[in-house]
Amino acid sequence: MADLSVNIGNLNLKNPVMTASGTFGYGIEFEDFVDLEQIGGIIVKGTTLNHREGNPYPRMAETPSGMLNAVGLQNKGVDYFVEKIYPKIKDINTNMIVNVSGSDIESYVKTAERINELENIPAIELNISCPNVKQGGMAFGVTPDGAAEVVSAVRKAYDKTLIVKLSPNVTNIAEIARAVEAAGADSVSLINTLLGMAIDAEKRKPILSTITGGMSGAAVKPIALRMVWQVAQAVKIPVIGLGGIMNWRDAVEFLLAGATAIQIGTANFIDPAITVKVAQGIDDYLNRHNFASVKDIIGGLEV
Amino acid sequence: MKKYILDLTVTENTKLHDSYVLLKLTHSEALPEMLPGQFAEIRVDNSPTTFLRRPISINYVDTEKNEVWFLVRLAGDGTRKLATVNVGDTVNVVLPLGNGFTMPTNSTQRPLLIGGGVGTAPLLYFGKKLQEIGIRPTFLLGARSAKDLLQLDEFKQLGDVYCTTEDGSMGEKGFVTQHTVLSEKQFDSIHTCGPKPMMVSVARYAKQSGIECEVSLENTMACGVGACLCCVENTDEGHVCVCKEGPVFNIKKLLWQI
Ligand SMILES: Cc1cc2nc3c(=O)[nH]c(=O)nc-3n(C[C@H](O)[C@H](O)[C@H](O)COP(=O)(O)OP(=O)(O)OC[C@H]3O[C@@H](n4cnc5c(N)ncnc54)[C@H](O)[C@@H]3O)c2cc1C
Ligand SMILES: Cc1cc2nc3c(=O)[nH]c(=O)nc-3n(C[C@H](O)[C@H](O)[C@H](O)COP(=O)(O)O)c2cc1C
Ligand code: FES
Repeated sequence: MADLSVNIGNLNLKNPVMTASGTFGYGIEFEDFVDLEQIGGIIVKGTTLNHREGNPYPRMAETPSGMLNAVGLQNKGVDYFVEKIYPKIKDINTNMIVNVSGSDIESYVKTAERINELENIPAIELNISCPNVKQGGMAFGVTPDGAAEVVSAVRKAYDKTLIVKLSPNVTNIAEIARAVEAAGADSVSLINTLLGMAIDAEKRKPILSTITGGMSGAAVKPIALRMVWQVAQAVKIPVIGLGGIMNWRDAVEFLLAGATAIQIGTANFIDPAITVKVAQGIDDYLNRHNFASVKDIIGGLEV
Repeated sequence: MKKYILDLTVTENTKLHDSYVLLKLTHSEALPEMLPGQFAEIRVDNSPTTFLRRPISINYVDTEKNEVWFLVRLAGDGTRKLATVNVGDTVNVVLPLGNGFTMPTNSTQRPLLIGGGVGTAPLLYFGKKLQEIGIRPTFLLGARSAKDLLQLDEFKQLGDVYCTTEDGSMGEKGFVTQHTVLSEKQFDSIHTCGPKPMMVSVARYAKQSGIECEVSLENTMACGVGACLCCVENTDEGHVCVCKEGPVFNIKKLLWQI
């Protein structure tokens, strides 16, 4: 067996496989299918300061080799998380990471402060792709200044590992990654969903209640891979790659492109045990190619 | 209830008519316990346009033969591909998912099970479970035409069967909520599964008549295990997952305009 461990900020991951926020619940939804402790890190559902009901149904449309979602960050708020959910997940022996969202700087900071108090949450993943209500709904993550502003503010309030999740719906993702790095992020993860749309031709209506939604799944992989490669060259902090990873080979491609770890999202819906299979597949690949450690292939793309 | 990912083997694939097949699947080990009204997420292989699993109700569990049945309506590419499996093929399923119908607490209760279209599927297994506790339920089954009324012989073994068809080719002509059995017999509860407009009128009837009523919803799903929040229904407690808190809901919890 090869050495699969990697480091992200102060985190030590037993293997580079993590789960993507919003696709793996709080982990416990999958405990019948996989041994959660064999997963390098579990990123739980997006959490906001206050309770959010999310968008109306329908929130999902299947698309060729992928899907669109418009969940809209439904969650019961950070207090509920701290009081009701944290006790249930705090003893799972892996990195339990909370994905944090907000609608303005203050709500990001307050949510991060609450999570900072939790001993067994070693990191947060800051989702800067959600709309900033104060700036007319434009996402923080789409401009370098907006991204830097929210990351600096959270950095001051949060002293554990800070991962910042980037939106792919931008012209130059490397520029945003650099801004986030300069603002104090320990790591960047990418990509979040791509903005997309689905129409029911028979009914002449949009399928999603919100008309547009976030695209994920196998179909987005080439775009995600390209962005991970660009960002890995632009920053020194570790990059976490995701977007359309369906099997171990996809995961290896992201590692070669420069990702230190990867996340699995939509693929969990198709095979709820995929995470441990990908970890195993990476190990088999390393053994087959005589690499002693997964670190030997990170950024190992030969160009 | 513990959920499983299983590779099942096809023992039978019967074309019931143009747009329905009945799949019977078995497993090398004893199948897990399943409740009536629960469903499976079935992976459809070799259909390039089918990315996600397809939710299909548990139609019946034959414990003696260790078989689980699925009644599949050919709706689109996924179900059409699923309908082409052959005896001996492997079908990957995740089950049992969801909550299931509420079982009556004593054998003197008189449940009415109303099904429309492929919504009759979970009622067969429900009927069997009721029989096991000494209840002979009443089934009221609705369809467009006689040929769309499926598994009637199986239903008749478990309870009293009444039918409506839209064209009058079998049973009473019209919709289930117009059937005379509703005024002729007394019921303590109604359990229904079928097209949304049918369930809405059944719910309205039940509410007016003061009968307990639960409906089985078919919101589109992605994960099937309560992780993605795609399948939500609006209830008195806000948005809840149909795949986990449902698919069966008491109508009092729903915000339907009835
Ligand atoms: C809990 C649950 C239990 C179900 N039980 C059964 C069952 O026992 N037997 C059965 O045949 N079907 C059942 N369905 C419906 C079945 O899942 C859909 O018909 C199927 O997913 C369609 O897939 P497709 O690829 O064939 O069609 P698609 O190409 O995906 O769609 C074809 C048409 O079906 C509609 N459709 C797609 N998904 C759904 C859905 N989830 N519910 C209703 N309409 C849908 C689409 O809007 C479209 O018009 C159930 C659904 C749920 C949520
Ligand atoms: C149903 C669903 C819900 C999601 N919710 C969140 C979320 O709350 N926060 C977040 O940062 N990303 C969320 N995402 C995005 C995923 O974490 C991931 O970035 C994206 O799906 C791409 O990866 P994939 O193709 O492997 O799924 C969600 C994705 C899906 C499909
Ligand atoms: S389908 Fe994912 S939560 Fe119900």
